[in-house]
Amino acid sequence: MNKKDSYNNNYNTNWKNRWFIVIVTLAFLFFPFIVKSNYIIDVAFFFGVYTLLGLSLNVVLGEVGLFDLGHMGFAAIGAYTTAILNTSFGIPVLLLLPVSAIAAAIFAYLVCSPIIHLRGDYLCIVTIGMGEIIRLTLINNPFGITGGPNGIFGICFPSVGNLFVIDSCIKYYYYIWIVVGLSVIALINLQNSRIGRAWNCIREDVIAAEATGIDVRHYKLLAFILGAALAGVGGSVYATKLMVVSPESFIFMESCLLFCIVLIGGMGSIPGIFIGAAAISLFPEIFRPFAQYRMLIFGVAMVLMMMFRPGGVWPRQRGKLQTESMLIKAGKSEI
Amino acid sequence: MKLIIEQLLNGLTIGSFYALIALGYSMVYGVMKLINFAHGDLFTLGSFVGYTLLVMGTAYVTSIFGIWGGMIAAMLVAAIIIGSMGLIVERLAYRPIYPAGRLPAVVSALGVSIIIQNSIMVIWGARPQAYTSDVIPNYMLNIAGLRINILQIIILLLSFLFMGILYYIIQKTTFGAAIRACALDRETAALMGININLIIFFIFALGPALGGTAGVMVGMYYRKITFIMGWNYGLKAFTATILGGIGNIPGAMLGGLILGMLEMLGSVYISTAYKDVFVFLILILVLIFRPTGILGEKVAEKV
Repeated sequence: MNKKDSYNNNYNTNWKNRWFIVIVTLAFLFFPFIVKSNYIIDVAFFFGVYTLLGLSLNVVLGEVGLFDLGHMGFAAIGAYTTAILNTSFGIPVLLLLPVSAIAAAIFAYLVCSPIIHLRGDYLCIVTIGMGEIIRLTLINNPFGITGGPNGIFGICFPSVGNLFVIDSCIKYYYYIWIVVGLSVIALINLQNSRIGRAWNCIREDVIAAEATGIDVRHYKLLAFILGAALAGVGGSVYATKLMVVSPESFIFMESCLLFCIVLIGGMGSIPGIFIGAAAISLFPEIFRPFAQYRMLIFGVAMVLMMMFRPGGVWPRQRGKLQTESMLIKAGKSEI
Repeated sequence: MKLIIEQLLNGLTIGSFYALIALGYSMVYGVMKLINFAHGDLFTLGSFVGYTLLVMGTAYVTSIFGIWGGMIAAMLVAAIIIGSMGLIVERLAYRPIYPAGRLPAVVSALGVSIIIQNSIMVIWGARPQAYTSDVIPNYMLNIAGLRINILQIIILLLSFLFMGILYYIIQKTTFGAAIRACALDRETAALMGININLIIFFIFALGPALGGTAGVMVGMYYRKITFIMGWNYGLKAFTATILGGIGNIPGAMLGGLILGMLEMLGSVYISTAYKDVFVFLILILVLIFRPTGILGEKVAEKV
């Protein structure tokens, strides 16, 4: 009815969410102290990498609805930027984290500018082509800088001078999850901003978005650039953990898995990305005892998943909240 | 000159593989608007079925039918088995998901692809298998100084025969007109009394059947088959589909042949290592300047 009512309503839902977020954050913070096994912490690290890459694809696929099946290409640009600059020029890895993001973003800007007008499946195909071109070029070792099929090895530990060196599983675990945490905060703010609303509007109806005065081309390109930058960060962290980058890590299959992360979690839903990434990275580990059958089980799970929850495990609640707020504005907050 | 002709012939052969696989993608996309990611793996499965028939059952198949008959028998059996597989996949993994929209179907297709790939790995093993030379007709012909393998000619003739039959069905018969109508607008086609389920049955049986046949041909041509080769061929065939105009059946044939030739010419005149880069570059350029493909028609945006 009045402003106070709506405030209370939001306050309650926020309060519940806040507790949930606090519990999840604490769980992630204390996880390495509860679990002593380095193996499990490493699995959690790769869970983090997939979450970060999933979040980056979510910007493009989930928020704007652009089919991108070559997203690993951007991660490859980030990873190779870090690898080349670190091994050839000895630039510290932590300093290269933003550099990788910028390199991937510039690449995305150059490559996506001419193709951004393509719709739906055509864009999908072009991004597949782009991802493959990147991978094949890396294999072919242009100018002798990418090391060909073997890739580049000998990337240093991330460190701040000699004061603090990230060299153990636990430190890597915190490294990736701090990056993920910061990205999540940024992405939530982005979702609630003018840009986020414009993106969602484009996803729901391009023509309506154009009619309301949204610069569709500009916002689509922005999504690609931001998504690529985040993927570049993901690639960089991945490269520093493995200390080696090779084209094998950026095959088409990996891009497909990222696609699945977003769709399993629910398009545009950040908690969903966590669930999707957990499914993709933890599932094969849990089913390791089944050895060669585990990917088989994984495929079956993917099909069943889409049969029973086609909208994803944790679809975005935005629609519901918006309806509620509209009802509140219309003076029907009792409902 | 000799080199060019030989390479063009090689390109045509590879192109006909791509075209046969591309037909499956194009038909399914045309009617269902679904990128059937499992199609490349059905093709691999066809290759392995042919391998089992010919190499493991050499004594039986070849002694009964002879080397030529064995080859035809393997293709036929592979076509039947893979065609039925296509129907099973559609029934179990795609049909329950259609109402949910297009994106969940893509994930399901990727899931099926992983399932088939890993089933092949479990059944036949992860190591590459080889078609042994005693089951493959292997005579070199010498025509005006050109050395041509007779297998290549057989493959070309057979694939052109299949494509010709399909072209006739799609473009000249009433049933083909029904398929084209479905590709244009499924709902309206259904209102006009076209049996949609029959059409879906047809495309999901015939597409994979052609793919399976292509699998046997690839096995005979290259000898070596691996359980992951479906990704590579599937990707190229899909590129061919786009190149010709997606959903357009003559386009898929043309796209496949052009792609094969481009790949060969690219590897001769530019660089072998960069031939795939060249292929994808052409694809991107085509899409930028003519997004509907070579034979695709411009579709007005629905408001």
